[in-house]
Amino acid sequence: MLNEKPTLKSTGKALLYLLPMLIITITFNIYPILKSFIMSFYTKYDFFRDIVSQYGFDNFKFLFSDPDFHIAVKNTLIFVIGVVPLTVIISLAIALLLNRITWLSGLFRTVYFLPFVTSTVAIAQVWHWIYNGDYGLLNYFLSFFGVNAISWLESPHYAMLALIIMSVWKNLGFNIVLFLVGLNNINERYYQAAKIDGANTWHQFTNVTVPLLSPITFLVSVNGVIGSFKVFDEIFALFNGTPGPSKSALTIVYYLYQKFYTEWKYGIAAASGVVLFFMILLVTVFQLWYSKRHVHY
Amino acid sequence: MKRKTAIILRYVILVLGAIIMLMPFLWMLSTSLKTQPETVKIPPIWIPKHLMFSNYVNALKEAPFLRYFINSVFVTTVTTAGQLLTSILAAFAFSRLNFYGKNILFVIFLGTMMVPGEMLIIPNFVTLSQLHLVNTYGALIIPWLASFFTVFTLRQTFQSVPDQIYYAAKIDGASDWHYLWHVLVPISKSTITAVTVLQVIGSWNAFMWPLIVTNTENLRTLPVGLQAFTSDAGTNYALLMAASTFVIIPMVILYVFLQKYIIAGISKTGLKG
Repeated sequence: MLNEKPTLKSTGKALLYLLPMLIITITFNIYPILKSFIMSFYTKYDFFRDIVSQYGFDNFKFLFSDPDFHIAVKNTLIFVIGVVPLTVIISLAIALLLNRITWLSGLFRTVYFLPFVTSTVAIAQVWHWIYNGDYGLLNYFLSFFGVNAISWLESPHYAMLALIIMSVWKNLGFNIVLFLVGLNNINERYYQAAKIDGANTWHQFTNVTVPLLSPITFLVSVNGVIGSFKVFDEIFALFNGTPGPSKSALTIVYYLYQKFYTEWKYGIAAASGVVLFFMILLVTVFQLWYSKRHVHY
Repeated sequence: MKRKTAIILRYVILVLGAIIMLMPFLWMLSTSLKTQPETVKIPPIWIPKHLMFSNYVNALKEAPFLRYFINSVFVTTVTTAGQLLTSILAAFAFSRLNFYGKNILFVIFLGTMMVPGEMLIIPNFVTLSQLHLVNTYGALIIPWLASFFTVFTLRQTFQSVPDQIYYAAKIDGASDWHYLWHVLVPISKSTITAVTVLQVIGSWNAFMWPLIVTNTENLRTLPVGLQAFTSDAGTNYALLMAASTFVIIPMVILYVFLQKYIIAGISKTGLKG
């Protein structure tokens, strides 16, 4: 059966199995991809009656000259640069420690992973409270070190940092789990061989663990970059439905949301979605190219 | 001696890390049981004098959180069950049946997985408003009744089941339909549980889509309802923390009991990229 050639009969049968999935994905995944691209060229559009009276590049021209969009792209990149390296380094360190203990390691993993399963909106409320300038827990702890009270969420200088700290905290557990899988897959014999050659713990780490873990590290980084490009829930919840003080946490998806949902400028919103698409495509193409060449398997 | 110090050092770092990870949760729980004056005490109080369970009752009174809860349960259940059904059927076709266009279709679907979902919100909103589904349960559920990611994960598992089992079932006179539901699905139970739990968590916590397609209180899910509640609660953090605790508790319970499957699911699917 498996190696048989497809026939009309077998195709018909397969179609019946695929049909429910196809109806939904074609309507809500495939068609909207094409539609987004087309919509980004709508310049005069009556959405209620679905009548387009003019197409053009105006939406993209608008984006490239809109200072808000520049801020959004810049903030998104700052967010990525802030979140991804920190998350990768901290989660790798914790995974290494967890991998080398036996007692209570399950309990630690449970604790570190907990933020992943909890609602971003709910968790952002408690962070909002922790960041409170007058009564917040964070300023209280910082006061021990002689740091003056910081208005984390009201000051444009600190809002992005506050967002990054919360996001790193939320993402750690997921990456720790992936690193633990990677560490478990490293054959113990490599370490034994390294020990026989007289390698100390540090040399074992740099010469065995790091290269053999590189596919996972690379994957975690790329997933982190793509995920961080799409940040939205965290911002909306942490800054109570605003893009932060003086737009200091305005990102691309937040920009898309504003243009679409509050300003009803569908064409411009669609165009910003297309820009996001190409940024992610660029990362994905880089991933394919790089992992073919440089990642040790 | 040196070895012992290293072990102790590891535990010290891990315990400190665990404290940082747990602190927001403990702070949420602690604040949710305080009186309002206690919430703004400096230095902070961790264990309130009287546990104010009434905060929970008051939060549930101030906003229709029970309604939000029922909406969340309903949307999560229907979405997960529906997505599982469409995905099992499709994964069977991709792993067991031969048909024209199989490879092309599979490649197209793999390609769609890299498209950011945020980009699809606008055309999907337009489609749903043309179908007069905006601000209905349909809008919350229908677009999520299929996921190629789930199809892909299940297909991998189905393919790992040896061919011999399939032929043995055939010889016994089982139809493909019977083989799928009585042999393949039970064998793949652990993967199916993993994708189910991950989907439940995803649906329960979903925010952007429900925020956009609902505009009446009656249809809000818990995260959207909680966000709306923040403006009502104002500076009453005890109430807000009680409401937040109420939102996360179901997933924390689910996590404690099904942790094994969640971690296994992440390990399996997260690594495929």
